[in-house]
Amino acid sequence: MFTYYLDLALRSLGRNKILTTLMVLAIALGIGASMTTLTVLHVLSGDPLPGASGTLFYPRIDPRDQDSYEEGKDPPYQVTWIDGMNMLHAKRADRQALMTGGSVPVQPAQANLDPFYSDARYTSSDFFPMFRVPFLYGRPWSAEEDDGKARVVVISRKLNEKLFGGKDSTGQILRMKDTAFRVVGVLDEWRPNPHFYDVDTGKYAASEDVFVPLTTSHDIRLEHDGSTDCWGTGGDEEHAETQPCVWLQFWVQLDSAAKVAAYKEYLVHYSEEQRALGRFVRPVNVRLPGLMEWLDINKVVPGDVRLQTWLAFGFLLVCLVNTVGLMLAKFLRRAGELGVRRALGASKREVFMQLLIESGVIGLAGGLCGLLLAFIGLWLVRRQPSDYASLAHLDMAMLLTTFVLAIGSTLLAGLLPAWRACQITPALQLKSQ
Amino acid sequence: MDILPILSTLRRHKITALLVIIEIALTCAIVCNAVFIISQRLDRMSMDSGVDEHRLLHIQLADIGDTKDKKSRTLTDLAALQQIPGVAEVASVMQVPFGNSSSNSGIKLDPKQKLSTLNATMYSGENLVPALGLQLVAGRDLRPDDFKDFDDVVRGAAAKDAKSLPQVIVITQNMAQRLWPGQQALGKQIYLMDYPMTVVGVVKELIRPSIWDDSAKSYSMIFPMRMARGEYVVRTKTPEDRERVLAAALAKLKEINPHRVVLKKHTFDDMRHDFFQNDRAMAGLLIGVCVALLIVTALGIVGLGSFWVAQRRRQIGVRRALGATRTNILRYFQTENFLLATIGIVVGMVLAYGINLLLMVHYELPRLPGIYFPVGAVLLWIIGQLAVLGPAMRAAAVPPVVATRSV
Repeated sequence: MFTYYLDLALRSLGRNKILTTLMVLAIALGIGASMTTLTVLHVLSGDPLPGASGTLFYPRIDPRDQDSYEEGKDPPYQVTWIDGMNMLHAKRADRQALMTGGSVPVQPAQANLDPFYSDARYTSSDFFPMFRVPFLYGRPWSAEEDDGKARVVVISRKLNEKLFGGKDSTGQILRMKDTAFRVVGVLDEWRPNPHFYDVDTGKYAASEDVFVPLTTSHDIRLEHDGSTDCWGTGGDEEHAETQPCVWLQFWVQLDSAAKVAAYKEYLVHYSEEQRALGRFVRPVNVRLPGLMEWLDINKVVPGDVRLQTWLAFGFLLVCLVNTVGLMLAKFLRRAGELGVRRALGASKREVFMQLLIESGVIGLAGGLCGLLLAFIGLWLVRRQPSDYASLAHLDMAMLLTTFVLAIGSTLLAGLLPAWRACQITPALQLKSQ
Repeated sequence: MDILPILSTLRRHKITALLVIIEIALTCAIVCNAVFIISQRLDRMSMDSGVDEHRLLHIQLADIGDTKDKKSRTLTDLAALQQIPGVAEVASVMQVPFGNSSSNSGIKLDPKQKLSTLNATMYSGENLVPALGLQLVAGRDLRPDDFKDFDDVVRGAAAKDAKSLPQVIVITQNMAQRLWPGQQALGKQIYLMDYPMTVVGVVKELIRPSIWDDSAKSYSMIFPMRMARGEYVVRTKTPEDRERVLAAALAKLKEINPHRVVLKKHTFDDMRHDFFQNDRAMAGLLIGVCVALLIVTALGIVGLGSFWVAQRRRQIGVRRALGATRTNILRYFQTENFLLATIGIVVGMVLAYGINLLLMVHYELPRLPGIYFPVGAVLLWIIGQLAVLGPAMRAAAVPPVVATRSV
């Protein structure tokens, strides 16, 4: 029966080309617009580390002075050097890393390459296993190398291509800011989206090309990037390690709920201890958001993108209302044909099914054209200058969503016209023939 | 034209009429809000920066290794840049409008105050006011004897030595009005951390390097601090000189010290273009959606109109046979569309207002100005009339003889 109805549907679509084209076009436009924006939203609100994000947490404490204190306000977004180092060395979590962004002058050994600046991350050794960073060659540096302020560096695959022609460069020397660093590892492709560990240096930025121990970066005064918030008389970059300024990100890995609770407890104890020492003056105020929660707090998905998605769905709604109207016109115009079918014994149910299949076919055609439009739309998005633009690609899930949305919404739009068409009294239609 | 017969006909086609109304209402609501957002973005993009944008260049350099004599190197750079033909003014600066990276600080009016009165951005650099082409509206510019070296200021602040800090400051008109509404700002003091500074000049406008809150976009202060960070602003004599001067300046700077990297080199027009790229993209996208929406709506009206005409051929024929002219028939369909559009517009306006309220809560958009309602209504009326014209003309062409045929 289904194939017969399908055949009928295709014939009927061919009979009234203008109306059919209008319907398919309307659905295609609506689907194209909503799938483009939905894909962007889907990409931007994704999980940067699937499988690992549930165990990563971002401890927050409040070391600020009593000035500008307001009850109930959130602790700062970053930590001071002193607190970061204290928590790092306390090792109360399964893994922990203290870090900040920066940029370093790279001096290639080759004469044909000019010196250039590279984005860098100054961090501690746990960064790599904690964030599941893939290595192409070599390994991360060790905790001992952190403590010893070793001149070691891990570089990205891209930088390795540029400087060493893509060969295994571990053991080679890389000069940065007139200092010789030994390459200990080369990363494989790695671009977590969003740039979750430091949203301040670009919410959807690519990961850095140079990774240096935080202690080393401080020892040779590599330049730090990202926001620095100071209070009191803070602000002296020369002595950043003692200043009342927050400028570092601290992450921990906690493998069980019990450990999360225990860590929160530790943060409270730590704050109380610092209060007793007179370093902290505010009431204890600690938070321990998980990775995804932290992204929410930072509102990483741009407001514009959400607005665009709403707009696109509004547009789809108009297109569907339009389709309902056109389908109604199309189905009622066939009152005669349907009357004959009814008179020859087709039940209301069968006529209804036939018309719904016809809407489904329209939906499928609209979905196919819409998919094409979505590809064009995403191509246009990728040409935009925003830092997330290059991420806008359709994945399997979105491809499926496109067809479910296209066929589903068209079937929904077809319900009313099909129902109306079923109400036709066969006798009346036959009489007027 | 008699409206009652139209209404009674519409009553027998409730669903189709309702669909047209819904479509017009939704389109009206979405387009009004979209156009409003577009106008907001366009306003933002044409934001006044207060600087002489068409004649300005920005160059940022960075050293590869440690350099000791930054101060004398900066003087050499500045002298060399000033020599280039076509250059009017140069300055070594801390930050520039549209630069995205900025230094900001809380300002107090009283040292005992706990919360800052407002947060303002900090510009500095000798010769900054003429180099950026800022317009002084009160008081004086900073004088050479007001200036201190940036490094000394930092050291002084660390040692809590008030004498080594800047004593005077120039602020923007907006900031002055916010701090002392209706009063003269000259001679007044502001406190940065705990140190007082006296306002000696007020400039008309100077926007922040990065704007996270549009209402505080022109809270800027200019400090008398000499900068030696390798960041330069060059003002040319004419806009046409820019490209040539930029090339010459880069060549000269590279010649003075080849051991450094150019981080940024651009005209201020390009900087503004980049700064507002997201707003531009959003406005473009909204324009696209509005056009598509109006087209889809118009096509919907054409489609339904044609169906309607086809359905009523016999009725039209009868009317024609009874003496209705072609114009009568044409007017009939036009009036019908006008009625439907009007109901749709009324519903759409209410909806537009509702959507605007939602946007005000979630996206900090201002209230939709009243002018959007009449303009939107006229636009939709015109579109409706144009869309129905085709089907209506086809209806008018129905010959009276149709009435006599048994269909």
